[in-house]
Amino acid sequence: MTDILNAFVLLSNFVLIPGLAYGSQLALGALGVTLIYAVLRFSNFAHGDLMAFGAMCTILVTWGFQAIGITAGPLPTALLALPFGIMGAIALSLVFDRTVYRFYRARRAPPVVFVIASVGVMFMINGIVRVIIGPGDQRFADGERFVVRARDFKEWAELSEGLTIRTTQAITVIVAIVVVIALFRFLNHSRMGKAMRAYSDNEDLALLSGINPDKVVFYTWVIAAALATIAGTLYGLDKSFKPFTYFQLLLPIFASAIVGGIGNPVGAIAGGFVIAFSEVTVTYAYKKFLGYLAPGGMAPDGLVQLLSTDYKFAVSFVILVLVLLIRPTGLFRGKVI
Amino acid sequence: MSFLIGENMTGGYGAADILHDCTIAVEKGEIAVIVGPNGAGKSTAMKAVFGMLNLRQGMVRLDGQDITSLSPQDRVAAGMGFVPQTANVFTSMTVRENLEMGAYLRTDDFSDTIETVLGLFPILAEKAAQPAGELSGGQRQQVAVGRALMTKPSVLMLDEPTAGVSPIVMDELFDKILEVAATGIAILMVEQNAKQALNIADKGYVLVQGRNRFTDTGQALLADPDVRKSFLGG
Repeated sequence: MTDILNAFVLLSNFVLIPGLAYGSQLALGALGVTLIYAVLRFSNFAHGDLMAFGAMCTILVTWGFQAIGITAGPLPTALLALPFGIMGAIALSLVFDRTVYRFYRARRAPPVVFVIASVGVMFMINGIVRVIIGPGDQRFADGERFVVRARDFKEWAELSEGLTIRTTQAITVIVAIVVVIALFRFLNHSRMGKAMRAYSDNEDLALLSGINPDKVVFYTWVIAAALATIAGTLYGLDKSFKPFTYFQLLLPIFASAIVGGIGNPVGAIAGGFVIAFSEVTVTYAYKKFLGYLAPGGMAPDGLVQLLSTDYKFAVSFVILVLVLLIRPTGLFRGKVI
Repeated sequence: MSFLIGENMTGGYGAADILHDCTIAVEKGEIAVIVGPNGAGKSTAMKAVFGMLNLRQGMVRLDGQDITSLSPQDRVAAGMGFVPQTANVFTSMTVRENLEMGAYLRTDDFSDTIETVLGLFPILAEKAAQPAGELSGGQRQQVAVGRALMTKPSVLMLDEPTAGVSPIVMDELFDKILEVAATGIAILMVEQNAKQALNIADKGYVLVQGRNRFTDTGQALLADPDVRKSFLGG
């Protein structure tokens, strides 16, 4: 019995909890991508770097708060700085919408033009972030480090494995739940949220109904930028902030959005967790886990790791290709790219 | 002076004109039907009245006001409702949300209008919480008409409301359209099913190559041997 419990604790430490946290981050990122796709009808390649920019703004304000002694007690100061980071990302998104995307919208340019334009925007944000904060690793997490410490848990449960839940992981999951509930309430019950869905569903009929497209576009950027900043900051708190990793995150985020069905918010969340858990389960070494479960002497000698962690991005890529081949609309019947 | 009139309309989408000196008019509480062979410019005439194409000549007047320069959106605000032929509902949204979107321009409380529309289309009241995309073709058309009624328009324009529905559903839809007209709304519609449409029409317009060929009451057109021979199949 204790062996099974030990195995379970081990699995939650290295698969379940990290998967939940990473899945929440991907889900928030994919929600932003899927919203832009649904309303503005293009795949926004700049979303990863928008996450980096929002997180950077949050970090700068966090450092400011830390310098003048404002903290959130046991919680990371970054949570207090988050609204300022969101405002920074919204401002940047609206500037790029005015200067780049609006021009193509007025010409009713095909989606591929928007995609390429967004690649350009991506490189620009990329550069801006590196100029301001530098390409290196930044740490900005403070406050209490653990919600559940391994040693305390071991003493309490009298197991040889200790359960660890880091504060950042708990915050990530809680914030993601709150944000998703708020987003769905907005989309399903507010006048503007319904207008956004209507515009996404049938642009001509929305115009015919008197829905103002400029307002819809404005709110879409505001929400996408807010989601990007929250996702970026949570990821930065959980791991660390490095501009390049946000560029790399673009692949799992797009994979999440497409696996779930792009344009479908529920799909983005489901896709985020599918991708996150696939990455974590495939790259985890099961040696110790099986050691607890296998009957005496049958414990495996090897690491029992399907893929080295270096290949974790390949996992989302393979899933992405499989979904596009077998079920292009994704799990929740989104649009086909 | 007709309530809504598109007078001597000439124009098209590009350089070539599709409509030539075409006139379409409808009175309050009456049904006017535009019929004619394929490519006669029926839908184009309707779109011209709704401001979806540029007129080189002619004008459109609603209740005596010249609305020729208004955009389609402004015409909705001015009291015109338009039901496109295809993609005329928000498929991913519920029936009730479709109606709410129809009332988007309204800032007053429109719950009584929703009740009126659901009263007119009882099947929609049953399916109010269902996505419009899951409904049958005839039910969808009812949602589309209901959406257009949400602004309490004085004119309702329907582009082939019975396209692709079964004959039974078509009769039902025509009954509903008669009910809507009875509330005092002017109805202008384009129809493929010329005989049935002229049957309920107060006024019929037979267009050929963008020109008015015959204009008379629905019954008179049905009785006219020329119209019967050339357009109604004898």
